[in-house]
This record gives sequence, structure tokens and C-alpha cells, in this order.
Amino acid sequence: MPNTIHIPTPLRPFTDKQESVQVSGGTVGELLADLTKKYDGLRKHLYTDEGKLRNFVNVYLNDEDIRYLQREATPVKPGDSLSIVPSVAGGANDGRDVPPKPQAKADRWRLA
Amino acid sequence: MALTISLAVDTAIRAHGAETYPNECCGALYGANGVVSDTFALPNVTEEGPRRRFRISDKDYMKTERRASELGAELLGFYHSHPDHPARPSQYDLDHALPTFSYIIVSVRGGSAEDMTSWRLRDDRSAFDPEDLAVAAPENSHA
Repeated sequence: MPNTIHIPTPLRPFTDKQESVQVSGGTVGELLADLTKKYDGLRKHLYTDEGKLRNFVNVYLNDEDIRYLQREATPVKPGDSLSIVPSVAGGANDGRDVPPKPQAKADRWRLA
Repeated sequence: MALTISLAVDTAIRAHGAETYPNECCGALYGANGVVSDTFALPNVTEEGPRRRFRISDKDYMKTERRASELGAELLGFYHSHPDHPARPSQYDLDHALPTFSYIIVSVRGGSAEDMTSWRLRDDRSAFDPEDLAVAAPENSHA
């Protein structure tokens, strides 16, 4: 029995607009590997160049965050589902503005 | 790329930024075909200092996806404020950016919302590209 991975809105353009994808494997890592094998364009958004899951990529096995299980080594059972939940975060200047501007130093944000 | 926001959306984002000043505000953008028609203000749950960071909880993110279905609209992206800082993305914004989303940033200085800009992540994740941001005139306006 295959497993289902739920795809968040910003990544659906890379899965032919599918909201969920059927995958196979014995662990969370294997399911994600099967997903990126099917949809290679997802790889750079899910993984760093070193092959680690990006910081903002959260993965839930059913309703549990895999960081509190065995991360990508977490075993999966037939019928389990994964959800990719992007961590939406950001914020003002940390001294490394992009794109760089010559006057960046002058308007660097300071603690009040 | 270009993004159009309604006057109500423009007002809502600016008001949210002023309301949470000197902390950052954040929220979701909904609409279709590059037109933002609705916002959803969300709590900033960052643990890194809300004056220069924002984070949306996983539960709230899941809520934003569900709300899109309820509205019959697309989740087009997110907005946040930069208190006393230009409406320009930081490296931290880039590190956390998602493809295909629009990111609206409003600069709030001394409690007043000023510049508002919108950005999209480049395909290779190397940078943000600015996108034109326009405020649609109300339908009943007589220009």
C-alpha cells in the first residue's frame, strides 16, 4: 500500500499541481527520496546542496513532527501520510541585506 | 511579474504593521491571477526577537492553507513588516523564502507605515527579484 505526501501550495508547481503524491518506502527519508525521484524540481527547495533537509522544511508523519520522532529514519507503516509544512519566517536587516546596496551600513537596523 | 492589491488589502497590511510596531507583523495573502483580494493576519511566534524577526507557527500555516480552500482562493504569499528598516528583504528573508510565493514587505517608521514592496524568490534561490506592486482603485471610484 503506497503512502501519501501532502504538498504545500508553493511546491505544487513542481508536482504538476497535485496536492498529494503517492510514494513508496520504509522510512520518512525513503518516502521523500521517492518524491524527489518523481519530481526532481522539488529537490533544491527541500534539500541543501549538502543533501540535508532545509531548515524551513518541516515534515509531519500523520500529525507528528518528525523532529520529535527519528527524523528521516522514522519508520512508516502502510497508509501513513506525510505532510510537508514550510516554516514561514523572515525579518528585517541582520546586516546582510540582499541585494547589497552601498548605503546598507548607514541604515542598518539597531536595537532601540 | 506584477502583483495587484486592493485598497482594503493595502490598508489592512499598513494597519497591521502600525498596530504591532515596534514588532514585526505577519499574515497571509489570498487571491487569484496575481490579484490579492484578502489577507489573514497571523500571530508572530518568533523566539528570536519580534522586533527583527517573524515566524508563523506550523499550525497557523496549515490554517492558512485550509482558509484558502474556504475562500475558494489561492494562497499567493505572505506579508510582514520591517520596523524602522527599509522595505527590502534581508538574507534571513532569502534563507526562508519559498518558490512561487509573493512576499510583501512594509516599512514602518516610528509607528507609521511607509514604503511597501513585493518580492519573489528567483528560481535558483540565489536572490529575490522585485515585482511591481500596484494598488487597484476601488470599483466605484471616479478617476
